[in-house]
Order: sequence, then C-alpha cells, then structure tokens
Amino acid sequence: MTQGRTSTPDVIVIGGGAIGLTVAWRAAERGLRTILLEHGGVGGGTSHHAAGMLAPVAEAIAGEESLLELGLASASAWPAFAAELGDVGYTACGTLLVARDADEAATLEREIALRRRFGLSVERLRASEARRREPGLAPTLRLALDVADDHAVDPRRLCRALVAAIRGAGGDVREGTAVAGVEVSRDRVTGVRLADGAVLAAGDVVIAAGAWAGELAGVGEPVPLRPVKGQILRLHDPAGPGLLRRVIRMGPAYVVPRGDGRYVIGATSEERGFDRTVTAGAMFELLRDASELVPGVSEWVVDEFTAGLRPGTPDNLPAIGPGSVPGLHWAVGHRRGGILLAPVTAQLVVDGLTGDPPEGVFTPRRFARAAA
Amino acid sequence: MDPLIIAGRELRSRLILGSGGFDNHELLAAACREAEAEICTVALRRLPDPTHPRGSIVDVLDEVGVEVLPNTAGCFTARDAVTTAHLAREAFGTDWIKLEVIGDDRTLLPDAVELVAAAEELVDEGFTVLPYTTDDPVLARRLEDVGCAAVMPLGSPIGSGMGMCNPYNLSIIIERARVPVVLDAGVGTASDAALALELGCDAVLCASAISRAHDPVAMARAVRLGIEAGRLARGAGRIPRRRYAEASTSMAGMPALDVPAAAE
Repeated sequence: MTQGRTSTPDVIVIGGGAIGLTVAWRAAERGLRTILLEHGGVGGGTSHHAAGMLAPVAEAIAGEESLLELGLASASAWPAFAAELGDVGYTACGTLLVARDADEAATLEREIALRRRFGLSVERLRASEARRREPGLAPTLRLALDVADDHAVDPRRLCRALVAAIRGAGGDVREGTAVAGVEVSRDRVTGVRLADGAVLAAGDVVIAAGAWAGELAGVGEPVPLRPVKGQILRLHDPAGPGLLRRVIRMGPAYVVPRGDGRYVIGATSEERGFDRTVTAGAMFELLRDASELVPGVSEWVVDEFTAGLRPGTPDNLPAIGPGSVPGLHWAVGHRRGGILLAPVTAQLVVDGLTGDPPEGVFTPRRFARAAA
Repeated sequence: MDPLIIAGRELRSRLILGSGGFDNHELLAAACREAEAEICTVALRRLPDPTHPRGSIVDVLDEVGVEVLPNTAGCFTARDAVTTAHLAREAFGTDWIKLEVIGDDRTLLPDAVELVAAAEELVDEGFTVLPYTTDDPVLARRLEDVGCAAVMPLGSPIGSGMGMCNPYNLSIIIERARVPVVLDAGVGTASDAALALELGCDAVLCASAISRAHDPVAMARAVRLGIEAGRLARGAGRIPRRRYAEASTSMAGMPALDVPAAAE
C-alpha cells in the first residue's frame, strides 16, 4: 500500500451508489488517497430507487442466517453512521408486519416462529393492538408483528451526504466517468481503463458497480451478477405527515413513511434483465395491496413511479472483500439490502484494503471455487 | 420406477418441478438435483426477454441439465395463452406447452371455457398441450377429447398447500383418462405427493411446496421420495380399510406359551 503524497491514488472505487460511496468515504477517512468513479451521477442508479429500509429482522429468511448476522451488525452500526453524516433522513420508526386474513396470518405465524427460533426480538400483536399503534391501518386486519428495531433512511439524502463526507475527508468523486475495465499487470491490479481509453493507476481497485459490475473487463474470476428489477412508487400525503409512523410490510410489499408526509410503496421483484420500464399491472398491484392495508393511501399524490435494478448473485448473498486478482476488491451483490449493509460492507472492504481481509461466506472467491 | 410416457416421450422422473417462488438460483439448482427432475416449468412472463430466453433462470436449468417446459402462467384469455405459446415455441424450439388460463387472480383457478378454447387451437397447431385444469372430470374429459397429451388437475389452489381436497373427483379423472394425469397444484409436503401417486396420478408437479419450504433442498428430496413411495404402494396393492382390528397373526395354531410346565 503506497501512502503519502504521490500522484497515484491508493484506491479507485468503481460505482457511486450507497455502497461505493460509503467504501470511498471510509477509505479516505483511513488516510488512503481515494478516487470514486461513477458513470452517471452519484446515487443515480439503484440507490436512487431504493426505499431505504434497514430491516434485517423483517427480511430474515430461513437458510440465510449468515446474511441475518451481517444485517444485524450493520443495523447496530447505523445510528452512529447516520449521526456522523448529519441529516440523512434516518428515522428509528420501527416496522409492523401485518396479515389481512387467515391465510396471511398463518404465513405470518410461521415468520414469527422463525424469528423466535433465531432469538430475534419481536412482538406478536392482535389486530386491535396493531391498529392502536398505527391507526391508519384498515380494520380488516388479522394479526401483526411489531419489529421495534427495523428502521428506515432516505437513500437519496444518504448519497448526497456521503459525497460531501468523501470530499471532506480528502477523497475525489468524479461523475460522468465510465470505466471500461480493470488494468492488470504481472498478475496484479494496476488501475482502471476508462471508457474513453484513458488509464488511471491505483494501488487497489474496489468494484461497487452493482448489477453493472458484470460488464467490466479484466476482473479475473468475476462475481456473477444479475439485475433483479423492482418497481417502486413515491407519493406524498397532501394532508402532511402522521398517517403512518412505522414501516408497514405485508409479504414482499411495503409502505415506508419518510416522516415528513412522503411515502414509498414497493416493490416488485422481477427477473427481466436490464429492463427498467414501469408497468400498469405493477402499479395496480402495489397500490391495491397498499390501499387495502392503509385506506388513506388513495388520497396520496403520486410523485414518481420508477424501476431500479438490484444486484443479485446466484446464492443471494453479497460478495465483499478481495477477489481472485491481487489488488482487486468487490463490494457487490447486496440485492435488497444495499442501504442497510453499506456501513458493515465499507468496514469489511477497508479492512481488506489495509491488510486485514475478511474471509468467510461472503468472499467473492466462492464463485471462482464453484466454477472450478 | 417404471418410466412415465407423455406424448410418446419416456420420462424417468415422475416429479415435474415448478420454478415459481425460487429467487435464489443456487437453491433452484440444488433443488433440481435433489428432486432428480428432468423437467422444470418456467413462466414465459418471468423471462427477461421471451424471444431470447438466455440469462437468469433458463441458464441455471441448462447447467443442471433440466429441460424447460414453458408455461403460460399469468394469461387470462385464450388469446393471450395462444400468443404466449407461440413465443415459447420460438424461444425454446419446443412444441410442449404447459397451458394455464387463469380465471381470476385471487383463486388462480383455471377458466374452463378459455382453457378448452386455447387447448383446441394449440393442439390444431401441433403443440403438445399439458393443461392445468380443475378437478372436474367432465372438463378433464373435454381437454382429452380436444387432443391434450395429458391432463393436469389441481389438488387444491396454486400455492395453497392443501393437498388433494377432492380425491373422489380426482380418482374419477384417473379412472377415465387415457392420457397421463399429473397432479398440478396443492401439494404442500411429501405425503401429499405420495397420496397422489397412491391414488393413481402418473406424476406430480410441485413448485411452492419446495421453493417456499424453509429448506427447499431437503423438501425436494422428500417430495421425490414421497412420489417413489406412492408409486410403489400403488403397485403393491394396499389392504382394504376396515372398522375392526384384524390381528396380523392368526390366533389359531398359536403355541400355548402360558401353559404352566407339567407338574412333576
């Protein structure tokens, strides 16, 4: 690791979403000369669409205990992380998982049992108690689960704050700079080649380009990534804030209150390549579910209907840490959890950059082994 | 197990997998292997580009050597289903189509009228049509009459996991059908699959029970073994049900072990 006043940066981070920005910030803070390259505008890709749920407990899945642990670690880092950055719209709002009928209640009971088996702190609520806590919920409620520790943040404000933080720590953020591939010489990363042909040298390169990372050349054994499309609505309540305090979730659908009268309703999960069109059917289904759950939704004003592309790996786990080429690091594949996992991911990547690489289930090398 | 023959084609596996509910590609691949499935059905609407189905799930199935059976899930009219079948034929180079025409999106029950219309048209065009149908023996008969290569009645609604709610109707379908009968929906766990084969179904299609289990790979194996057990039991000839006990060993001729030893 070359440090000091040379013109060659220590680290180039490819990708200016929440993950890349956080990595760049933490690297710059550690005294590494850091440049972040973003092909569009920072925070303009998947982070632009993300709802910003910090919900490891609500999202816990049987068989993905390692991801749950990573998520819990990151969630516990979030309050201090948010405080360092200033106002990023972090709200300790809590989350309610709800069921409308007997079928959904049976499914929710199974989810409750799973969370208790994992030793997670959750509170089973009868419908009347859930509605006392969230009076905006429809009377046709059957059962709810209060997850007090699952919160939310505004990813757009987060990304803006991160850019300021990187620059404040002496790092460089370059937008509109597309990277064609990674430069490798004598089996070691030496920098990146830009789309315009220019070469930027660097000691280490971190790939944080999300679903687009698969298009980079020269990365050795690449992490297999595919986009998982999510259509998502942004709305506001003309009557102002207050209809909902907590995040409300029902199966894969959710309503996230920003605390200021703005809301996010999401999201579909579709395997449609890099398609980012928005469809009538998705909008209908999202609004149907949300308004059945929270009748007041009908009065909200629709501000945006967009589609983002979550970066998915074959095993649904992120790939974090050194890759197969020395000097190359990955921070990709966070799927629905990129905002939640940004603090812990940056920690692990910077550990790797400073000579203490993480090992274990999230290593990007697991795919090279699988292919061998 | 003896092979299953659909439209002249021999299949070793009597378990057809459904890809619905799998969002984890590694789990899907592992479940395919453990299920020893030869065929996995994929909704054409789930593909990135139906005309160029490479990428995502189709590649995963290719890699584990499982053949894709395209289906028309999400179609609500015969016209939609026929169009989707055409796309599938072009994309996969197969005439096989699992025909689904759904009546409403709360129950996901088949629309009988549209289903028969679509089946007739597709059979005329040379498709091998495998229709998802209700457990109505008359409708099953109509589908067979228009030339479907199998009938695929539901045990209970898609994803409900309620098993076979009307085994009497299903047994009538099985008795009368001259094409294979594949139980297409409602399997919740391995015993449901075993019961279907015991009843006389030729095969089982299973998606949610496996993909939404806490451990899909273990459930894939369990359902495969359930099918094997059910098929064996069907052939083995079960005993009749009766109301009173019947000792498995006859009382007659038993040694009188409690007789005290002869007095000295």
